[in-house]
Amino acid sequence: MIGPLDPRDVPSSAIDAVADAFERMADVKAGREGLNLILWTDRVRAADAARSCQRDIDAGREGGVLAGVPYVAKDNIATTELPTSCGSRMLENYVSAFEATAITRLRNAGAILVGKSNCDEFAMGSSTEYSAFGPARNPHDPARVPGGSSGGSAGAVAADIVPFALGSETGGSVRQPAAFCGVVGVKPTYGRVSRYGLVAFASSLDQIGVFGKTVHDAAIVMEVIAGLDPHDATTADAPVPRYRDAEERGLEGMVIGRPKEYFPPSLDPRIAALCDRALALMRAQGATVREISLPTTDLAIPVYYIVAPAEASSNLARFDGARYGLRVRGGTLRDMYDRTRSAGFGPEVTRRILLGTYVLSAGYYDAYYKKAQEVRALIAAEFRRTFASGVDLIFTPTTPSVAFRHGAKSDPYEMYLNDIFTVTANLAGIPGISVPIGRLDGLPVGGQLMAAHFDEMAMFRGAYALEGALGAEAHR
Amino acid sequence: MAVSREDLLHVASLARLALDEEAVPRLVRELNGILEHMDVLRKVDTSGVTGAAGVGDAGMPLREDGGAPYPLAHPREAFAPEMRDGFFIVPRLATHEDATESVE
Repeated sequence: MIGPLDPRDVPSSAIDAVADAFERMADVKAGREGLNLILWTDRVRAADAARSCQRDIDAGREGGVLAGVPYVAKDNIATTELPTSCGSRMLENYVSAFEATAITRLRNAGAILVGKSNCDEFAMGSSTEYSAFGPARNPHDPARVPGGSSGGSAGAVAADIVPFALGSETGGSVRQPAAFCGVVGVKPTYGRVSRYGLVAFASSLDQIGVFGKTVHDAAIVMEVIAGLDPHDATTADAPVPRYRDAEERGLEGMVIGRPKEYFPPSLDPRIAALCDRALALMRAQGATVREISLPTTDLAIPVYYIVAPAEASSNLARFDGARYGLRVRGGTLRDMYDRTRSAGFGPEVTRRILLGTYVLSAGYYDAYYKKAQEVRALIAAEFRRTFASGVDLIFTPTTPSVAFRHGAKSDPYEMYLNDIFTVTANLAGIPGISVPIGRLDGLPVGGQLMAAHFDEMAMFRGAYALEGALGAEAHR
Repeated sequence: MAVSREDLLHVASLARLALDEEAVPRLVRELNGILEHMDVLRKVDTSGVTGAAGVGDAGMPLREDGGAPYPLAHPREAFAPEMRDGFFIVPRLATHEDATESVE
């Protein structure tokens, strides 16, 4: 598959490409009154960037691998051109004084930022219903959610506004909306992509991820944004391969694990059937499919919903009215803190801060937080053993269902269960990708490929092969 | 280990959140509903686990205790609410919790 970002197929005119993106936003009603995918845009600035890019192209100067390609970034990734609100009243209209490394690298590669996308507040959610600026809608069916928390970015790619978008992952916030919207979603290895400028939610889990219309597009963007960054001490000093080369390498000789815990009896049999068809297609290309077991899978959601809120309660302490965004005055310093935070945070963020503070508080730390960290170590060790035993890739459904209707998940824990197949990769720090594998009742279904630490190459080999075998069926 | 109303108010105080009185019963119910799913972890044998999970097992090299400067896109004056003589001006606040009103 050759995506629009292939260097042989760059847009004929950067000016047209950016103008088309804005026209498409208007056509599909991507703003607040419509699908509510895009929160902030600056058409004049984007057009200026496009003209400047086009002048370089016309003058024959090297424009970069993404020259003139428009994209959107999730609203929790710092940009100096547009606000970074994190979908929260706390940071409404906040403009960062510095920008994320991923944004800088994309600009240096020629890409043009055309908007910031809607997301669950501070990336906490699985449906983009928890945005302070209203819920986002799925372009395939506006009565349904686009997934979350990076729902706006997934929807923008699905609605053909942009060929790629940036999102962020803490427990599946790129792969799950990619599955719900029928696009490709990549969660890199922890440390593969700089978190500098990504507003912190749970620092041991957070990673910037990529949405693409095709595997190829996502692979190119990953090449651009990955790699060591002096501004993020957790980035790895490991070479970044040319992920595009994965296309030529095929699947011959690869071993793909099918973990039985990701195919429970409760899984919709039609989703299981689409997954087994995908596995058969990969087997036909030379891969061996091996039944495997990951017995700690059931522990992942409880672990995640202790570790992530604990880290969030610490990270979000900085929003106190003194430094960033919203400030509600009070008679005392303490009053200002309390009033600002209560007015600025929405219900899900409040719930998670309370939960995180509880599991870290005296008397409960050992029973909850320490225990969760220990079980997390068991989950990570299980993945390491599996990959060390000769399994190159693990294939699973990305989500247990297709996109659900707005308001369908009113119980917080029921919403958390959406992440059941994706949180494991975040807890273990390994890479994962969601690829469209078919449709159910007209709605997209995603299949997930996970690989060992820093083996995104294996992940892309599987994804290219799967996408190639499914052909047009892989995309809307 | 059920969360009581007092637990919730204590945690809210630690988290610097002023909760609406009518939200308290709902939050107690929700937190207990979430935490009951966490009890499964208590049955897991972690006696062999030493230390917490390290997501950076594959990397995290030591580095000089320094680093590149953090480049700002705009001068501080452009994003500070107010500056004087190179310092940020922040709202004047009483320094004691029992003080009543701040004076601008």
